[in-house]
Amino acid sequence: MSDWPLYEVFVRGKRGLNHVHVGSLHAADDEMAVRNARDLYTRRNEGVSIWVVKADFITASSPDEKDPFFAPSGDKVYRHPTFYDIPDDVPHM
Amino acid sequence: MSFDNAYEALTEDNDTRWAFGTGFVDPLAGIDTSVPSGVDAAELARSCLWLGDDALIMSHRLQEWCAAAPELEDEVALANIGLDLLGQARLLLARAAKADPSLVPAVEQSDEDALAFFRDAADFHNVRLVELGGGDFAFLMARLLVFSTWRLAVFQRLVDSPDQVVTAIAAKGIKELAYHRDYAARWVVRLGDGTDLSHERMQAGLNAVWPYVDELFDSDTSDGAALRAEFDAVMSQVITAGTLSRPPAREAAETRSLEPLLAEMQSVARAHPDATW
Repeated sequence: MSDWPLYEVFVRGKRGLNHVHVGSLHAADDEMAVRNARDLYTRRNEGVSIWVVKADFITASSPDEKDPFFAPSGDKVYRHPTFYDIPDDVPHM
Repeated sequence: MSFDNAYEALTEDNDTRWAFGTGFVDPLAGIDTSVPSGVDAAELARSCLWLGDDALIMSHRLQEWCAAAPELEDEVALANIGLDLLGQARLLLARAAKADPSLVPAVEQSDEDALAFFRDAADFHNVRLVELGGGDFAFLMARLLVFSTWRLAVFQRLVDSPDQVVTAIAAKGIKELAYHRDYAARWVVRLGDGTDLSHERMQAGLNAVWPYVDELFDSDTSDGAALRAEFDAVMSQVITAGTLSRPPAREAAETRSLEPLLAEMQSVARAHPDATW
């Protein structure tokens, strides 16, 4: 039954964080994909929210275009928020 | 739950997973296991033992699907459900042993291991539904639906138990069983309302399980009758949604499945009683 479509799974660990891509799975439909994601990716108390999306629906950047896409931002340090002091009690930064 | 600010939510740590002790050696470590006054210890031990045996044997049947499930995703789901039930069995058998130590076979093992691995078939009290061997995935889903629907209704009553250990075990189990029931019900509906072949096999699975339903309910008591009514209501809903029909009443056959199951389940513990891992 490998004709089940591939889904990508995103899990949000805690309130206030973003959904993060955790992996993929096969499922017959969207509803089953959410259930399967619960079983495969949230067994150890990881999640408060799950998103699934058919892998077909994702448009990705091409590895061949890596340099023109990403390299130009590498040397522009003023774009990075590295000049702020982050207080010790602000988590997840 | 509500939080005054976002940071509180980020650092929330409100789960109750440590409520059952942190030790792998004693599942009830740190828990007050004295029997409350007014509770018959032998009776308490007996009901914990019975419920523990059901979970233990059902868990073993689910474990047999490891490396045999139709899809990898469902294999993980079945293993998860088996593990949930094994956890229930562990707590219930440990509770039974604490309430009535005379139940425990005299071997150098933890209480729940002694009960699981060093009793013979005649001393097990599980319902026949869980020991049935073989069958296809549809049969497994029919059995899991019946089992989890019944057990969920039982656990929902157990949260009012006078014994606080049983209350805690039931409260934990309810969330697990609600998920098991949901998982099984979705498959029963999906297969029942699927193709001609899947419908036929789902109906056959349901028919094969049905003779073992009556044993779950003590219909002589009013609570037993209420439990049965609750069970029937859930089953009708799923059966209707799956375009299936309620199986005809049929006499349950002897299963003769428990001895071979125990021979396999207990073989390692008996051959290597000192093994740890």
